[in-house]
Amino acid sequence: MEMYLYIALFAPLVGSLTAGLFGAQKKTMFTGLFASGMLFASFVSSLLLLIQVIQGNTYHVEMMTWIATGDLYVPFGFVVNQVTVTMMMVVTTVSTVVHVYSIGYMDHDKAFNRFFAYLSAFVFSMMVLVMSDNLLGLFIGWEGVGVCSWLLIGFWYHKESATWAANEAFIMNRIADLAMLVGIFIIYWNLGTLQYDGIFAVIGGLDHTITVTAAAFLFVGAMGKSAQFPLHTWLADAMEGPTPVSALIHAATMVTAGVYLVVRMNPMYDIVPEVGIVIASLGAFVAMFAASMALVNRDMKRIIAYSTLSQLGYMFVAAGLGAYWVALFHLMAHAFFKALLFLGAGNVMHAMSDELDPFKMGGLKKTMKGTWIMMTLASVALAGIFPFAGFFSKDLILEVAFVEHHYILYTVLLVTAGLTAFYSFRLAALIFHGEERYKLFGFHPHEAYKYMLVAMSPLLVLAIIAGFLFKGTYFEMVTQMLPSLEYHVHNHLVYWIMTIGTQVFVIAAIVYAYKKYDDAKIDKKVEEGFFYQLLFNQYYIPKIYDEVFAKPYAELSKMMWKVDNTVVDATVDGIANVFYGTAKNTHTMQDGNLSSMLKWMVIGLVALLVSAAVFIGVVTNADAIMKLLGH
Amino acid sequence: MEITLTHYLVLSTVLFAIGLIGVMRRKNLLMLFFATEILLNSVNIALVAISHFYGDFTGQMFAFFIIAIAASEVAVGLGLLVLWFKRYNTIDLDNMTSMKG
Repeated sequence: MEMYLYIALFAPLVGSLTAGLFGAQKKTMFTGLFASGMLFASFVSSLLLLIQVIQGNTYHVEMMTWIATGDLYVPFGFVVNQVTVTMMMVVTTVSTVVHVYSIGYMDHDKAFNRFFAYLSAFVFSMMVLVMSDNLLGLFIGWEGVGVCSWLLIGFWYHKESATWAANEAFIMNRIADLAMLVGIFIIYWNLGTLQYDGIFAVIGGLDHTITVTAAAFLFVGAMGKSAQFPLHTWLADAMEGPTPVSALIHAATMVTAGVYLVVRMNPMYDIVPEVGIVIASLGAFVAMFAASMALVNRDMKRIIAYSTLSQLGYMFVAAGLGAYWVALFHLMAHAFFKALLFLGAGNVMHAMSDELDPFKMGGLKKTMKGTWIMMTLASVALAGIFPFAGFFSKDLILEVAFVEHHYILYTVLLVTAGLTAFYSFRLAALIFHGEERYKLFGFHPHEAYKYMLVAMSPLLVLAIIAGFLFKGTYFEMVTQMLPSLEYHVHNHLVYWIMTIGTQVFVIAAIVYAYKKYDDAKIDKKVEEGFFYQLLFNQYYIPKIYDEVFAKPYAELSKMMWKVDNTVVDATVDGIANVFYGTAKNTHTMQDGNLSSMLKWMVIGLVALLVSAAVFIGVVTNADAIMKLLGH
Repeated sequence: MEITLTHYLVLSTVLFAIGLIGVMRRKNLLMLFFATEILLNSVNIALVAISHFYGDFTGQMFAFFIIAIAASEVAVGLGLLVLWFKRYNTIDLDNMTSMKG
């Protein structure tokens, strides 16, 4: 079985390196197929491991020693247990689908091979992040996915906006990663180990304040990767990357790494409920905050990106309230339907020659029937309608908030559920229903390749069945490791009112969205209103960041550049000039006349002898000289 | 009067100074060779004298080395000198200025 562990982990790397070999060459179908095949192998291995884990076996291997110095011992160790195998399944499933889909999506791209090299490298990094048995290995994977994210956001590097977005994402994550490193250092400094098992064994005895500090710092790292406020701006801009990348990295897997970290470190976060409350509150805030921005946005991919942010907020609420298995469950369900939604958006973009404004589309359901059905069902799942996956995972989070008596969080999440339904179907209505506005702009939409739709279908199936089919098995499996808290509203009447009320509320939001945006009329009065502008400009946060951080920093850099020119450079140049000048003035010594050169040689010899004599004299008579100088 | 180490060293120094002046002042290549021979032999005297003074034969062995190497050096040098004279008909140092920096 350990062989399957290694296959699951390293097959993507093999695919990546092979594709990388042909990276600079023209498109070869082989790389796409090979990388996808490797991913499939990884998927199958993960599946076999999952079966073993369900039967109660877990695996822990130490491939080799990585760092062993003094008391520090960090191996390249990998672990397959109930939690990691869940993540492995999510990652390999979505990435296999995305790989196959990308063969079609990147069909006309010159850098086809390079794309697959990056994409598979990302999956490898993600697997390292997930499977590592220590915090340092997780950090390596963490940075690895960061680099791959940077490479893939800036994949079309000839576009300035893409490179800008890539850098923004990278720098924002670096800020958060610093905090995460500090958290890791605090843990090592106080506990002397970085292995999860070791940490969990002794974390209870740690001073409470230190635990709080470490937990808070680790969470700041999670905030960066999962794009939580105030480090959220990069995620919407990351939509500059190719759409399969958005589906895989910026919806399904990488951005959920923050949630995964909190879930993985659950024995630590269990000790510090005060940090948990902060996490949950921030999560609820982000859920609503992001959903509100999605309401008015006019960029298809950004709307879905904000929706991702919002759903990440939900996950953090569950994780913060100690319902780790619920958070992980929503992570899984969300990965399926959100990736599906993104891939559908990719089809639409393909059909519309990369147009992103849904107001320029409309009526696409006729030409793009398959995509229409898939995106609608994905939106239904996202909105949380029974019996789709979203219903089981999202309503569970609402229940958690209710049962734990956090009624404010509950209300915020409930309202957000309505908003979610509204913006999802606003988007669906604008793209697929109403008049065929695209004709005005001269687009000729066409359905995507058939195999792309076939590739997407597993996600569709999972988005529908993941909730009711997997919940029982999943709960049994994962609670062997995570606290098995069942969340039941004890009063049956309250439970049914809550569930049905939520459903009615969500459906009402959907119907309202369809009604309002079926004809894509733009209400000028609303649009010029303060709130619309506020939301449309993303609460002016990018602008504020620009004014408060970016511009002063640029000014400072300019100033330092001048300092560099006048002080550092001048010093270095000065030293060089001394040598140049000396050479210029003394090169006449070498006039080619042996006799005069010999004279110089003798002078040099004498000078060396004299200085040696002086040196020896000073050293041997140091005491006498010191006395003479009056010390 | 007994001849002590100091005398030898003084002799060696005087010879070295003469050699050094010769190296600097001579314009004839042959004379330059003589001057270098004086330099080498002044050092030989010092080595042998100090070796005798300490009762250690290392210095004397070193002197033999120097004599052997000096002989071969002069053999090569004189060969080149003869060749130079045949080609240019002079061994004046001031005419040898092809090695400019």
